[in-house]
Amino acid sequence: MLQKKIGSIDFRILDPKTIRKMSAIEIKTADTYDKDGYPMEEGLMDPHLGVINPGLRCKTCGQTMKHCPGHFGSFELVRPVLHAKFSKKVEELLQCTCKECGRVLLDEKEIAALKQGFTDTEEIIRKIKTKTKKKKRCPYCGAMTGKVLLDRPTNFYFNKERIYPSEIREWLEKIPDEDLELFGYNTKIIRPEWFVLTVLPIPPITIRPSITLESGVKSEDDLTHKLVDIIRINARLKDNIDAGAPQLIIEDLWDLLQYHVTTYFDNQIAGVPPAKHRSGRPLRTITQRLKGKKGRFRHNLTGKRVNFAARSTISPDPYLSINEVGVPEEIARELTIAERVTEWNAKRLKKLVKAGKVFSITRPDGMRKRITSENIGDVEKELAPGYVVERMLQDGDIVLFNRQPSLHRLSMLAHKARIVPQKTFKINPIVCKPYNADFDGDEMNLHVPQTEEGQAEAKELMFVENQILSPRYGAPIIILDEDGVTGAYVLTMPQTEIPKEKAWQFFYEMQLEEIPKPDRGNNYSGKLIFSQLLPKDLNLSYRSKTCEVMEKSNPDYKCKGDECPYCVRIRNGILEKGIIDENSLGEGKGKLVDTLAREYPPEVITNFYDKMSRINSDLLTVKGLTVGLEEYEVSNRVKKVKEEAIHEGLKEAKKLVKKYKEKTLQLIPGRNRHESFEIKMMRLTAEIKRRVEREIMREKLEIVTREKPELNTIIMIVSGSRGSSLNLVNISGLWGQASVREGRPKRGFSERLIALNKKGDVGAEACGFIKSNFMDGMNGEEYFYHSVGGRQGEVDTGVSTKVSGYLYRRLANSLKDISIENDNSVRTSGKKVVQLVYGEDGIFPMNSVKGKGVDLEREIFSIKAREGK
Amino acid sequence: MSFKVDEHFLVPKHSLLNEEEAKKVLDKLSVSLDKMPAILKSDPAIKKLKAKVGDIVKIERQSPTAGKTVYYRVVR
Repeated sequence: MLQKKIGSIDFRILDPKTIRKMSAIEIKTADTYDKDGYPMEEGLMDPHLGVINPGLRCKTCGQTMKHCPGHFGSFELVRPVLHAKFSKKVEELLQCTCKECGRVLLDEKEIAALKQGFTDTEEIIRKIKTKTKKKKRCPYCGAMTGKVLLDRPTNFYFNKERIYPSEIREWLEKIPDEDLELFGYNTKIIRPEWFVLTVLPIPPITIRPSITLESGVKSEDDLTHKLVDIIRINARLKDNIDAGAPQLIIEDLWDLLQYHVTTYFDNQIAGVPPAKHRSGRPLRTITQRLKGKKGRFRHNLTGKRVNFAARSTISPDPYLSINEVGVPEEIARELTIAERVTEWNAKRLKKLVKAGKVFSITRPDGMRKRITSENIGDVEKELAPGYVVERMLQDGDIVLFNRQPSLHRLSMLAHKARIVPQKTFKINPIVCKPYNADFDGDEMNLHVPQTEEGQAEAKELMFVENQILSPRYGAPIIILDEDGVTGAYVLTMPQTEIPKEKAWQFFYEMQLEEIPKPDRGNNYSGKLIFSQLLPKDLNLSYRSKTCEVMEKSNPDYKCKGDECPYCVRIRNGILEKGIIDENSLGEGKGKLVDTLAREYPPEVITNFYDKMSRINSDLLTVKGLTVGLEEYEVSNRVKKVKEEAIHEGLKEAKKLVKKYKEKTLQLIPGRNRHESFEIKMMRLTAEIKRRVEREIMREKLEIVTREKPELNTIIMIVSGSRGSSLNLVNISGLWGQASVREGRPKRGFSERLIALNKKGDVGAEACGFIKSNFMDGMNGEEYFYHSVGGRQGEVDTGVSTKVSGYLYRRLANSLKDISIENDNSVRTSGKKVVQLVYGEDGIFPMNSVKGKGVDLEREIFSIKAREGK
Repeated sequence: MSFKVDEHFLVPKHSLLNEEEAKKVLDKLSVSLDKMPAILKSDPAIKKLKAKVGDIVKIERQSPTAGKTVYYRVVR
């Protein structure tokens, strides 16, 4: 293929001479086709403008439809009209120049000063405007100046008297080149009188093809309709002028012509009623074709529809690998991959042909042949190395999977296809995270790379298992969460014992080749089962989330370090003690997955995730992860503590209010009296809630250590899989202070929040303190306070997603062309330097350990372990 | 109120490169002057350096990722 490089593009304005020069034919009549359906000579569909019927040859260039690019025509207007898009520029010039001689209304000294003082054209124009406004007379010819007014979009007034485009054109012609340079015009390329149109370019018919409907009725393009209007009015205007009609009628028709030309360029100009189709639909003229989301640029050029793609709803399937995507058979049948026949795959491909899974073949000479039920046998015999077959998608093909909005690189990943009998795309729920997908009706797109190069590239760069580490901070972002963590937690709790038969089923699901001996009589401990998924040389020890939570909510509890039953110790791939929770698996905190992802090949962590999600779904299905109301009942002891805390707290609050009113309140540094009071009240209510929280957690945590822990809520909280102690306290403790923008709600009635309170009451209960919880239910006032806070939360989520989404888009768009060069410098596409060394330290966060190039501690630890100590 | 901008603790050290050093930097980055990051001649931080347009300013500053880093800007 001939390759040409574009040296430069320059944009300019078409002048009448150029329009006439590039015109293939001058259009003279508004008719398009004659009675027999042939295009009229010198009409809008003149064959000189290009061909749209296959087989015909262009009358201008003699080429067929495929090769003829289309040719412009021209149309002479009897009276000039303004181009509405330039009326602002015209206004600017008219206001600053003399009507008689066309010179700028500044004397030589002023011009010289301007040229000296400023380099920015816009600045100069602004200065000229302010200076010329004061001039009464032209400094060159002495003529009186006048006030030029623009009545948008196209009507001009000089001293309140209408001036017509022909006068404007004469005026603009008079402005000398030197003066125009002041306004930033390059007069070699552009003259302002071209803003007033005398001749109109007629676009080729390829741009406005007419459509023949099934009924045989020809339907014209919107642009053609508009051009017909222009030509008709122009003809009427001409007739009237020739007949010597009164000035008033001519001016009316002139304005009508102006209207049609204006809407021909843009049908959405403010102040101009949009031109309508016969059906009442506004016409889609030139500007509308290009502008906006559905315009040529965003719809057809920056984004395009592609082949070899599919879209469908997604559903979860924990039995798939995270690398796989389930493709419905019906979709797989439509999607094809081109595969070249070689000595080695000929046999396999022949089998596919026979099975009807190949749709077409291409012979080495480039001839394509579709496979039908008749020729299927011949094709199978014919197939030989050098042929290319187009076969349907099959298990193991590399495909790209994507969910919009594609905010980061992980929004599009490569998967291995797996044909499934259902009707939706299936993914392992673990990979929801990078896509930010859920299964409430989300749809996703699938693309099939066609070349071997494309497939290899997708696999090496975008495969799910190669993308487990986040490119932002170098910790896994594809993680077990929610059910995954709960499952691992339940499995590794010290109490968990699993009968032999059930454990064997787990081992089968894990595809173990060697079955370990039971370690608890006839049963297996959960830890032993879990250990089967760890690499044999893994050594780790760290503190678990369980232990942290225990210590936080129970002052009597102390982590016993090496002896702590909850802290994790893994020796040679065996989980000796500890519970696997968020500190093992969580995002950023998960030490276990962190190590697996960083220190082992990607298959290891993929294997871990795949097997874990299988066991999890089995385990939790059997166990039943559910919550009931009784989980949120609290003992009388807790209730008493709550009463006490509230009582004491409110007493304290009353004291504060008194101090506040007496103005004896101790101020917080940097805050005034009112602010100090508000902050202290917030602290007070927070303390009440904290006391209740501690009590509830202490009571509930004890249950986890029992033989048969029944409380799933607390398991979820302790393992960190979902929910926090705060949520639990809201349900069974108390809600506490309702807040709006980090403070107590205060707007409402004057000096009080709701009508039930006394004016000026600033006590806790009058300003949003809620004593009740969700179990007991709130009273009227409390319900209102709660709604006030709830509303803010709702508004915040709505606003912040909208704002941050747009902000992110702008940022991403401005940074997308910046890349790292071979010398480690960061540069724009124009090779301008942004950073001398990427990130100033040259470290790629994905390969770093929490931002650092090397994790010294871990290195020392593993060296020691290798030495055998 | 006025204070010395270049002595403020938040303003990193700016210094002017001589011709030889400037050439070295450009060679190392294999870059021409117009592709370099710019600093305005009127920038308060380099007022004292009496820099001419086209000079290269060396900026030694603290970086949250790499500790001390060196950055170059061309005076415009």
